[in-house]
Amino acid sequence: MTLFSLALDVAHVGLTVAVAPLLTGWVRWVKARLTLRRGPSPFQPYRDLRRLLRKDIVLADSVSWVFIATPFVLFAIMALAACLVPTFTPSLALAPTSDLITLVALLGLARFMLALAGMDAGTSFGGLGSSREMLIATLAEPAMLMVVFSVALMAHTTALPNVALFVLAHPPVFHISLVLALSALVLVALAENARIPIDNPTTHLELTMVHEAMILEYTGPHLALIEAAAMIKLTLYVALIACLFAPWGMATDLSDARVVALGIGTYLGKLAVAGTALAVFETGIAKMRVFRYPEFLGTALLMGLLAIVFLYVNQVVS
Amino acid sequence: MESSSPLMVFLAEKAPVFLQAPWAFVRLTRPGWCELIARLDTTPAWALLALWAEPKDVHAALYDEESGAFALVALACPEGSFPSFSGARPGAVRFERAIQDLVGLRAEGLEDQRPWLDHGQFPVRHPLAASPEDQPPVPRAATDYAFLPTQSNVVLHQIPVGPVHAGIIEPGHFRFHANGETVVRLEARLGYVHKGVEKLFEGKTPAEGARLACRISGDSAVAHAVAFARSVESAVGVEAPPRAHALRGIMAEVERIANHLGDVGAIGNDAAFAFLLAVCGVERERTLEVAGACFGHRLMMDTVVPGGVTVDLAPESIERLRAWAARLSHEAPRLESLYDSTSSLLERTMTTGVVSAALVHRFAAGGYVGRASARGFDARTAAPYPPYTDLDVTVPVFSEGDVDARMRVRLREIPASLNLITALLDSLPEGPTGVPLPTRAGEGVALVEGFRGEILTWTRLGADGRIKRCHPRDPSGLQWPLLEAAIEGNIVADFPLCNKSFNGSYSGHDL
Repeated sequence: MTLFSLALDVAHVGLTVAVAPLLTGWVRWVKARLTLRRGPSPFQPYRDLRRLLRKDIVLADSVSWVFIATPFVLFAIMALAACLVPTFTPSLALAPTSDLITLVALLGLARFMLALAGMDAGTSFGGLGSSREMLIATLAEPAMLMVVFSVALMAHTTALPNVALFVLAHPPVFHISLVLALSALVLVALAENARIPIDNPTTHLELTMVHEAMILEYTGPHLALIEAAAMIKLTLYVALIACLFAPWGMATDLSDARVVALGIGTYLGKLAVAGTALAVFETGIAKMRVFRYPEFLGTALLMGLLAIVFLYVNQVVS
Repeated sequence: MESSSPLMVFLAEKAPVFLQAPWAFVRLTRPGWCELIARLDTTPAWALLALWAEPKDVHAALYDEESGAFALVALACPEGSFPSFSGARPGAVRFERAIQDLVGLRAEGLEDQRPWLDHGQFPVRHPLAASPEDQPPVPRAATDYAFLPTQSNVVLHQIPVGPVHAGIIEPGHFRFHANGETVVRLEARLGYVHKGVEKLFEGKTPAEGARLACRISGDSAVAHAVAFARSVESAVGVEAPPRAHALRGIMAEVERIANHLGDVGAIGNDAAFAFLLAVCGVERERTLEVAGACFGHRLMMDTVVPGGVTVDLAPESIERLRAWAARLSHEAPRLESLYDSTSSLLERTMTTGVVSAALVHRFAAGGYVGRASARGFDARTAAPYPPYTDLDVTVPVFSEGDVDARMRVRLREIPASLNLITALLDSLPEGPTGVPLPTRAGEGVALVEGFRGEILTWTRLGADGRIKRCHPRDPSGLQWPLLEAAIEGNIVADFPLCNKSFNGSYSGHDL
């Protein structure tokens, strides 16, 4: 590992962490515009995080070390995951140490910690949120793995940079498996990031919450870390989708500053497009009933499965 | 009138009837009261609209759904107790618990003896009793309340919600017993916004009373004020002038539209469909702006007084109202089609929170709660009062009883109210907007349709013309208990949607 590649990796993680609140702010801003409001500036999440970081921490009497450790673990996991997902370049120092399955496991660990923390304070809302989160997890993770498998079968690798390089090397052709896998991943991403129609990130109704219910007891810097982790997670998913299905524009030649700048530019552009699409989608749809989650995520699983089936059918036919 | 009504025949046999159309006043003896309860048990068509008490008397308002007759029955309670209606009419339970808390009259045979409005924080024991100062309070912790237990062979968990909620809404506590996501039972505990409204009415002049009536439930400022004004007018035997009636009608319909717009948007928002809230918010704001410009107050508070109204419409205000009505008449169908074309929202509202027609009739719940479950009661048609006596009031009725039906009642009532406003503006009578009130003792009652449902206000004036007792019964009083039935068997996450579709008034209920 050269010093240059280490610096690049730090810059890479730094960029994702730094830009994550802006993506969330951007989604909120576009949603505000779509619902006829002026809305706060897209930079508002930075101010919110700064405000939370300056506040005191209030802890419930009943919490254990799990509750206190979770915000740090969550943030660390997301930062680590950010090292693994190529954003503006496929050349990552840590990439050879891991692959897509590692990423899924990391996100699973984060979820596990959050669900524990949700139950830790012993409130009924936290328990309700954790229970719903685990329901979503049991449905979303198999679907996610189906996507991983179908991508791995296509690219003959589970390493993310190699998948990106594979897609880059093959000019964009319409492939039914690719479309199905992409659709499945989008559905999973919506569920994983607590977006409408699975969860409502802006609701105040405790009884309907999933993600928010688990973090109701968090205050101050703890809450800031969890919020930041959620923002990074959303950015990661967008980066993941872009890396797997639209890696174009990534800087493969890092010695050329213009190529790197172009890579960063297209990455930010992709985030903006994805954020806008998310806002438009969320504005046009209501949240679904809790007992409809299996249908929604079942669809994702089915599409992931079909992606694999069509891949084999394709191979056999050709 | 309606002398052939079974209710009237029954009452006429018991005691002399004093008519004050459409109401028949009857003072029953104790055996007569007991017979009435027995008869209610076998006559589902007789609805109990309200139940309240003075220090020595208990009053009940009855309505015969079949013949359309209204009656007020009273019973003297020299022993400080009265036979309970609760066995025959479950809607009476909370009224009687409130009477026990406030007046101190005991309901004999009332199974649920828990305090209702008294959370152990009153400065006196029974604030509405004849001499409350003689009764020292019995303080207890506000949290000291025995929620009904559940029996189950699976482990149920409890979810306490409120009284302080995350949104900007009124306080109330909801206790869920849930089996995972499924609600086994919901029990509401209200009374957190009890502010002694009935006590505050005591000794006020009718004009001062009107100011208080506006503030019973701020969203129904006009409806409560009209109900209060009409009850006073009926007590002293005057009728407001025609122009005042027309102006009251216009304001009441504007208020109905503004609230329905707010509710339609809020129901959408609770299903995370914020776009509906946004477009409804725009129309609601335009409505309130017009109300503020034409009547001097966005919620039209303090515009209605006994004897008439304190505002008048200038010609340019009439034009402004017309322009607003024309615009909204164009927008309202678009709101409905937006709702209809959002399948993800319909998926949430349809079959959610069903209240059966039988239950709605048993509780005599009015407004959109009743009309969504096939009970088409509307005070504007059941007990027509001016200006509706000369108007063709359209009352949309649905039978599904779910959130969707309650939403649709509102969506249909918006254009119906716009038509009424246009008709009233077209035929706005000239003349004075008020008459002076004579100073005299009397007892009067009025039934007025607010946006939630019918408001029943009963007022007794003393010989000095001041209020001796005023009981405003908000429609929520009969609707809140049904919310507990609506959520049964639904999932916990659907409660906010059911609750918003009821939109009960905490303040109007807690008084």
